[in-house]
Amino acid sequence: MRERFQTEGRFRPGDLLRRNAVPILFLFMCVLGVLVSGQNIRYIAHELVSRLARNWFLVLSLIIPVTAGLGLNFAIVLGAMAGQVGLIVATHYKIPGLLGLAVAVILSLPIAVLLGMSAGHVLNQARGREMITSMMLGFFANGLYQLVFLFMVGTVIPFNNPEIMLDSGVGLRGTVELKYCKYALDNLLKVRVLGVNIPVATFAVVAALCLGIRWLYKTKLGQELRAVGQDMVVASVAGINVARTRIIAMVMSTVLAAIGQVIFLQNMGVINTFNSHEQIGTAAIASILVGGASVTSATVGHALIGTLLFQLLFIVSPSAGQRLMGNAQVGEFFRVFIGYGIIAVALLIHSWERKASLERASRQPAVKGEAKVAGSP
Amino acid sequence: MIDSLKQLVKAVGLPRLTIVLFLVVLLVIGAVNRLPISMLLGNSLVRIGMNGIMVLAMVPSVQSGAGLNFGLSIGIIAGLLGMLVVMEFKIGGLLGLALALLIAAVLGVASGYVYGLILNRVRGQEMMIGTYVGFSIVSAMCMFWIMAPFKNPEMIWVISGKGLRTTLPVSDSMAQILDKLWGFSIFGMKVPTGLLLAFALACLLLGLFNRTRLGISMRIAGANPTFAMSCGIDVDKMRILGTVLSTALGAMGMVVYCQSLGLVQLYTAPLMMAFPAVAAVLLGGASARKATVWNAVLGTMLFQTLLTIALPVTRSVIEGDISEVAKTIISNGMILYALTRKEGDG
Repeated sequence: MRERFQTEGRFRPGDLLRRNAVPILFLFMCVLGVLVSGQNIRYIAHELVSRLARNWFLVLSLIIPVTAGLGLNFAIVLGAMAGQVGLIVATHYKIPGLLGLAVAVILSLPIAVLLGMSAGHVLNQARGREMITSMMLGFFANGLYQLVFLFMVGTVIPFNNPEIMLDSGVGLRGTVELKYCKYALDNLLKVRVLGVNIPVATFAVVAALCLGIRWLYKTKLGQELRAVGQDMVVASVAGINVARTRIIAMVMSTVLAAIGQVIFLQNMGVINTFNSHEQIGTAAIASILVGGASVTSATVGHALIGTLLFQLLFIVSPSAGQRLMGNAQVGEFFRVFIGYGIIAVALLIHSWERKASLERASRQPAVKGEAKVAGSP
Repeated sequence: MIDSLKQLVKAVGLPRLTIVLFLVVLLVIGAVNRLPISMLLGNSLVRIGMNGIMVLAMVPSVQSGAGLNFGLSIGIIAGLLGMLVVMEFKIGGLLGLALALLIAAVLGVASGYVYGLILNRVRGQEMMIGTYVGFSIVSAMCMFWIMAPFKNPEMIWVISGKGLRTTLPVSDSMAQILDKLWGFSIFGMKVPTGLLLAFALACLLLGLFNRTRLGISMRIAGANPTFAMSCGIDVDKMRILGTVLSTALGAMGMVVYCQSLGLVQLYTAPLMMAFPAVAAVLLGGASARKATVWNAVLGTMLFQTLLTIALPVTRSVIEGDISEVAKTIISNGMILYALTRKEGDG
């Protein structure tokens, strides 16, 4: 998609700057943050590598729904929950190492497919307000998740491992340590470069996903996803089953998010039973937006660069806050604010651009189709 | 028989019917387990009075066409600031409450105006943008609470000597002041008269406003913008008016909420407070395009009674506090249900 827009006119450096304004701004903030925080570069690099291994896969799971015109998928929280369920079961049965991770992924797959299908159906009912609906879906599913793991585990669902359960025998502990399979993927193949441990296996999985997404867009399904994303009416006239394609996009995103959450948690080594998945949605979406994605366009590059910048800012902001304001907490709240703020601004910009393009379209009815495409960068 | 049942479901609405049935079941279980039902109902009255005005805040926003106010946390922050100023200067009693309400209203009007300007530029995306503008403001205010120049030693952290604490108790002279005003007991049920009167007064004033020339213009602008424009009504202005009213009501509602709770909760506490209010008005029969004062009253009564009664009743059956979970599921489920309906359908 990007190549097409680039060929629209001659190459202008100003254009390049404007199109990448957000990542450039954040790069600037990151550099400033690194300088102000005065932290050891090796420490920052170490943290960054670990956080990239943790987050990249999850952020990449956002791309497909954007292409299919569903906007930013706040419902990846559902996928994250599925992944978490898999890991909790694997830990309950004390399955060690990579086998444990594999079991977790295999268990989470059917749950993720089911959740993705229901999410897709719900979003098909709420065309035009997909994003708010996916967000509410996340909140709603979180309520059900709490119901299951606070009240049904130990009563309706036969769980009896005291390591992960509350003393009363009902409900899970607030934090569950992944004793048996933590770091299983990270430790599979580690290379030490300049004193920084690099989990090669994890990055290999991420690379495979990047290639997979590229490949997907070359297939027929990928083309259909794009067509639906650009114009549902045109796509449906062209004989594409729009509703089904949108559900497929949601299922893929949810399944990827489930795998992503397993990777995320094996790197953390501990599950924050009732919070881990909640933060995922906001953090991942903020990351991809920082990379320059928008509601209508997201690429692998946006996801990779955005996560890098967002996590870098995450690492340095507490100590930068300490240096600048004399309070580390200010920095911590600042990064939360950046997360929400970037989403608010991105949505504002998207809405303004859409309004502008609609006005342009109504002024020149002859080139309506073209104006619409040009208005969604 | 089945036809008349279908008619009933259609007239009352599926969500309301479900909740009412649920309530009845809970009351029966409660009665069987010999729970003090009258006390529970008294507590429900308090919660209705506490939350009512914030639910009412949804009404002008919907009526003016700006949709459900998912950015209610902006008003809530204004209300918190009103409380904090009064507490900083240790003004108690009714004067303190009046002053807090005044400050909250002024700040609510000001912030509501700016918020209204933003919403006017993002037509059709108000809900999503409102949510994230609200989230951003709440997290920005987290930084403010740490650095704010409050000096009252009872409000700031003891160790560092600066920054507001997470939870601040409201002074004795102001805590539950409305609840106790003309309060009386009947059959062991405490009636918070002043609190309920405050809610009733807010409803009455909004109802009266709806009948004024301005109120009618605002409702026309919301119901049919094209028609309103042809009548010479400035639709943009009316949407701002609705948002301003909504935010100011949210701010004053928060002051009432805090005095009844006896606590001012800062930092991330206001983050999700808009959602139960949205859910309550939807439960009362409103939609994103239509809402009345009656919707807000009915919705608050159903929602809050259910939540108040659910906790002790379920506790007598299963262990643990299920009410927070129930609140999450019901409020988000209600909003989700409304979002998947066709426009204008409840």
